[in-house]
Amino acid sequence: MAGVLAVTETRAGALRGVSREVVTAARSLADEMGGGVDALVLGPPGIGEEAGGLGAFGADRILVAEDEAFGAYAPDAALRAIEELAGANDYGAVLLAASARGKDLAPRAAVRLGRPLATDVTEISVEDGRPVVVRPLYAGKALARLAFSGAPALMTIRPNVFLPREREGEGAVEPLDVAAEPSRGRVHPVESGGQGELDVAEARIVVSGGRGMGDPDNWSLLEELKDALGDGVALGASRAVVDAGWRPHEEQVGQTGKVVTPELYFAIGISGAIQHLAGMRTAKVIVAVNKDPEAPIFDVADYGIVGDLFEVVPRLTDEIRVAKESGPGVKRRD
Amino acid sequence: MKSIVCIKRVPDTETRVRIGSDGVSIDPSGVKYVLNPYDEFALEEAIRLEEEAGEGSVTAICLGPPAATESLRTALAMGADDAVLLKGEPSHDGLVTARALAAEIEGRDFDLLLFGKQAVDDDNMQVPAMVAELLGLPCATVVVELKVDGGRVSAVREVEGGHETVEFDLPGVVAAQKGLNEPRYASLKGIMAAKKKPLEQKEAELSGSDLELVSLSEPPEPEAGEIVGEGADAVPELVRKLREEAKVL
Repeated sequence: MAGVLAVTETRAGALRGVSREVVTAARSLADEMGGGVDALVLGPPGIGEEAGGLGAFGADRILVAEDEAFGAYAPDAALRAIEELAGANDYGAVLLAASARGKDLAPRAAVRLGRPLATDVTEISVEDGRPVVVRPLYAGKALARLAFSGAPALMTIRPNVFLPREREGEGAVEPLDVAAEPSRGRVHPVESGGQGELDVAEARIVVSGGRGMGDPDNWSLLEELKDALGDGVALGASRAVVDAGWRPHEEQVGQTGKVVTPELYFAIGISGAIQHLAGMRTAKVIVAVNKDPEAPIFDVADYGIVGDLFEVVPRLTDEIRVAKESGPGVKRRD
Repeated sequence: MKSIVCIKRVPDTETRVRIGSDGVSIDPSGVKYVLNPYDEFALEEAIRLEEEAGEGSVTAICLGPPAATESLRTALAMGADDAVLLKGEPSHDGLVTARALAAEIEGRDFDLLLFGKQAVDDDNMQVPAMVAELLGLPCATVVVELKVDGGRVSAVREVEGGHETVEFDLPGVVAAQKGLNEPRYASLKGIMAAKKKPLEQKEAELSGSDLELVSLSEPPEPEAGEIVGEGADAVPELVRKLREEAKVL
């Protein structure tokens, strides 16, 4: 009977969406291992109310530590809480998001617990009582299958893969006492950038531009397409345009940028270098617009249009606007 | 300013990855190996800090096979002062690698310990924060801006759609992200000088792992999609397919 600890994260006084994915993944793993799910929530005063909602995604106990200091990332406090909970409970696994915070925190937790860590996990199963995971290497050019021995199995899960799933049942919120004092350094609250809080790695739809865009000023075309598509959309970029200084690095998709798994990916004026394909090939639906019919991007695209993007993209923006006004085609997740 | 920079030798990002006959490693034939791209930012930052302070040192440490001396020579050619090769195969388990590096670094005198934010082969993104924790040091990962003032570090790290600043006192650990600086190319003079700089070799202390690499596989080939049409006239059909077939709009 091994339970699972789901480590959540908050930002600007709210749970981050990816935390519901962590709890969902923890629930399925706990069901296979025959245990319960504890969700750990560190946040500012008042976070407990929203955190209670994690019960719907599978948390049995929601352990909430509230402190003004937890309005920002508090790695030292989070480590204390993880170490204490892991000591008191016989967890079979500890799950975090493969997010900026999760990837910063999980390695430190691994050392505290003296346990190995699997990063960016995309599949979880249980074989002979051992958690077995699949994770991409080489930005997705290869997949590794890894089996844990001993407990707990520590892993970060890739955003947008374990989609939040609601269930019948509720979780019990319990207060948790965690010392807030940082021991080794201080982290200031997040300053949001141009795209708000939505990151290309966590967006539902990504609109990416490449060298075919011709000039950084032409990104207004992609901005308009992004606006027409509605919420949950982020801009992405190829390495070539980031290296040219046209777009900021945080938008870069590919092996030296971000690996993304959105529902819909638009590759506009991107030829499809191998290191770019590695970063976006697991998108559920890929649309490519390129004037070169031989461009490698068409080998991975579900739908392609061969043509001048300066004609195709504005038309696409218009058609999507019209289509959206005529009513929702599908009900949006979240 | 004394810095240590941990580096790794990895396949170039343009490499087409094929799984080796053992099923748990990649086929090295035809693979071009390079210094991990993110490690260049870490090296550049360390070298600049030494130059700005007008004193100090930069030591490059690499855990890898004998061929990884090539990556260490690159680091020396860029401006590192000395180098250490810990001979051994880097593990798929970041904790094993981190322990071996921490064992080498413990007891050394340094202000800043730098890494690239991740190696582009295993993409583990574990080792910098693990080494920090093993050594009991503060740490900032995915750093795009670094200020060192007296003994105080202010590091700006990239997070989803924004940035957050981490402050700590030296010694500490920083993992470099692209954008931190513009790494220099090694000059001919630097390459010549690198040949005479000290490069120590010793066996790495690799512990056992509780994480078994069962197998490596290649991802399924994407199914070839369709060309909906040519030019702007194909757009209405594309939008219809996205709504009705793919159901993503």
